[in-house]
Amino acid sequence: ITDVLTAVALYLAIQDFNKVVFKKQKLLIELDKYAPDVAELIQTPMEMHYIPLKVALFYLLNPYTVMSCVAKSTCAINNSVIAFFILATIKGSAFLSAVFLALATYQSLYPLTLFAPALLYLLQRQFIPIKLKSKSFWLYTMQYASLYLCSLVVIICLSFFLLNSWDFIPSVYGFILSVPDLTPNIGLFWYFFAEMFEHFSLFFVCVFQINVFFYTIPLAIKLKEHPVFFMFVQLAIISIFKSYPTVGDVALYMAFLPVWSHLYRFLRNIFILSCVLIFCSFLFPVLWHLWIYAGSANSNFYYAITLTFNVGQILLISDYFYAFLRREYYLTHGLHLTRQDGTEAMLVLK
Amino acid sequence: ALREELLLSPLPTGDVAATFQFRTRWDADLQRGAVSHYRLFPKALGRLVAALGVRELHLALTQGFWRTRYWGQPPLQAPAGAELWVWFQPTVTDVDKAWKELSNILSGIFCASLNFIDSTNTVIPTASFKPLGLANGTDHHLLRYAVLPREVVCTENLTPWKKLLPCGSKAGLAVLLKAERLFHSSYHSQAVHIRPICRDASCLAVSWELRQTLTVVFDFFSSGQGKKDWSLFKMFSRTLTDTCPLASQSKVYVDISPKNKEKELLEVSPPPTSVHEAIVQGDKKTYAVYDLLSPSLFNTSRSLNVQLKWKRPQDSSEMPIPTLHAQRYVGGYGLQTGQICTLIYNTHPYRAFPVILLETVPWYLRLYVHTLTIITKGKENKPSYIHYQPAQDRRRPHLLEMLIQLPANSVTKITIQFERALLKWTEYPPDPNHGFYVGSSVLSALVPSVTAMKDMDVEQSPLFTSLFPSSDGSSYFVRLYTEPLLVNLPTPDFSMPYNVICLTCTVVAVCYGSFYNLLTRTFHVEEPSRGGLAKRLANVIRKFRGVPPL
Repeated sequence: ITDVLTAVALYLAIQDFNKVVFKKQKLLIELDKYAPDVAELIQTPMEMHYIPLKVALFYLLNPYTVMSCVAKSTCAINNSVIAFFILATIKGSAFLSAVFLALATYQSLYPLTLFAPALLYLLQRQFIPIKLKSKSFWLYTMQYASLYLCSLVVIICLSFFLLNSWDFIPSVYGFILSVPDLTPNIGLFWYFFAEMFEHFSLFFVCVFQINVFFYTIPLAIKLKEHPVFFMFVQLAIISIFKSYPTVGDVALYMAFLPVWSHLYRFLRNIFILSCVLIFCSFLFPVLWHLWIYAGSANSNFYYAITLTFNVGQILLISDYFYAFLRREYYLTHGLHLTRQDGTEAMLVLK
Repeated sequence: ALREELLLSPLPTGDVAATFQFRTRWDADLQRGAVSHYRLFPKALGRLVAALGVRELHLALTQGFWRTRYWGQPPLQAPAGAELWVWFQPTVTDVDKAWKELSNILSGIFCASLNFIDSTNTVIPTASFKPLGLANGTDHHLLRYAVLPREVVCTENLTPWKKLLPCGSKAGLAVLLKAERLFHSSYHSQAVHIRPICRDASCLAVSWELRQTLTVVFDFFSSGQGKKDWSLFKMFSRTLTDTCPLASQSKVYVDISPKNKEKELLEVSPPPTSVHEAIVQGDKKTYAVYDLLSPSLFNTSRSLNVQLKWKRPQDSSEMPIPTLHAQRYVGGYGLQTGQICTLIYNTHPYRAFPVILLETVPWYLRLYVHTLTIITKGKENKPSYIHYQPAQDRRRPHLLEMLIQLPANSVTKITIQFERALLKWTEYPPDPNHGFYVGSSVLSALVPSVTAMKDMDVEQSPLFTSLFPSSDGSSYFVRLYTEPLLVNLPTPDFSMPYNVICLTCTVVAVCYGSFYNLLTRTFHVEEPSRGGLAKRLANVIRKFRGVPPL
């Protein structure tokens, strides 16, 4: 049920988002910000019509979603809360999005990083420019932040009254942050902390947790014009680097991939990466069985697959990021680039 | 006053069990202040009891397992490894601190690694262990129970134990305790019990009783080394020469109960001083008594060597089955899940009785209590009392206590499933290990006896009242222990810490690197460069060849 709710929420969200993108495109064309020969890069309403349906189907039919539904994991509930948060943000209702974000943060600590993209999107929607000195910027930010914090405090106090003690805070959030349980999962942490020297365990726990939260500010600076893409990248980073990742988290950010299907021509390694991901997904249960039941493989085999899967995910995200930035560059500078002497030019990152 | 007794009983399978009991009574009232006159009570234990506010202490070090099914009900069973349970005085404020200090001090006294007892293997049972001495109230928060199944018992533990005896191992029954024969056995258990008792019949004052017991089972016959006949010399390679001058009572009991109630199959020599009949554990038994203090014993020879000969070979087909026995095993396959199955047998033909089962499972086997099933005779059996305390990772083990009614002539199967956790690499035992031990579970029951028993006087025969206590004439108390279990946990590769750190940090660095690139660099049109060093070198070579440059 929650999966269907998530899919519906994503569908509505992407529909709205498409409208926004189209409006923005029109505005920029009228303002003549685009170079003259980028006609083929602009998204047409025709191809954008089917994207919401594709997103919903992508989420529902993803084998990862099906697996986490069969396993009856609470990841589905988490995903639906985040999807409702995205819907509320795109619709523009600050109050609802704050409430849903508080709910998502209450469940697992990491959606806190989604505060930044939501804030950026709402600011954009209100046409408040993002200047550090502008008063309206800070006013709106404070409003939104206070809404979010208030709802978070309300939810935590509710839990306190249910339980009559503050014990749940170390049990829930302390558990997420300090990673005491080492059951193997598809992430990177479990083997790392199983083999860690006692002396350094606190240091590395802190490093890994900071790693999740650390990309927010640089991404916010770079992607302040495109908060929804920022949200996508942030979701992906959370699901790769959280302390106990599951395939349900992977399913959530993969649902957004059809939204950026227009980037397809700029993706560099998509074939290899999709092969790597599919292959790893098949090898996961095989090597798990070999380690635990057959006894003929080592824990290293399963760990290697974990590594490869995560590398694949990381490269997928950075590939999409690269493609997105490249398309932006082409939009503003024209599709056919010429050098000073008139020959075909290459684009490099410098 | 010291009383020492030795009970020799042949077991149905042909082995011989020898149980020594040394009892010292100390008439001192610790409540009134520091005591300095110890007399026969060992000073180490006396100061321990006074300083830490201990009301009762029971420590047992065991090697081997008592096979209840084949050997009959044990006089005093102890689980494999080390077991320590202590009742503290109500005046003790911080029981956990006192428990920690106590286990450390005992580990020093007995040269056993009891200092491994910490919060991860200590539990607070609510119903299974009641005080055996005088007690005012029983607040179970003053009780602590811990078992270390991996402990090994050896000569190093026997020597300090012997040193606590008033005569040491120089006179009396303790001369038989020689290590090289005692550890050549299939079961060896030494225990120390301290408890407060009434000083006399009117019970106006309290004195302390220290009981040291040692049970050993020699298996010459079943291991094929000898015949069924045995003698003290054959078992202990010593004979009794004289008595301990500090002993007020020193006796040897030999179990000569006839099995078939028809004819006497056994012959004991030299002839006993007296013959004592008692009803023990529901059975009528006859004992040949040798009183070492009677002057007639050592008249003829300086030494006493009790010998037993079988007049005719015994039918091995008839082996009496004890009324209550149990076994436990691990089921399942693979390193992820498993289940603990306990089978409890009640072979009494018509009486049903309840039994309390106490299970302590370490935290790394995560029990799923919703999978607990108790099946008797094909139907589900609901326990009338369950106390479950879940484990906390690295802090507390699981505790499960249940009161189960066993119907007559039935087998009860209790199963509970668990999941195995992956531990940090430093928490695994060193490489040549058997696996992880799960301590024995404790079954306590009042078993109804077939024949009525009468109360016995404590002073006359302390052995029987402490080894075979009976609260009323119709049932006797039995505490059984099941086998300890061995489980394997999934292991990480221990040779890999550096590699793992490198690889994981590489993956994180891949992410960091690509994101850093994309975030801090912008797209530029590439300028044609003059060419790198290689290009220039190639151009130079081309010029020499006369070919146009690149």
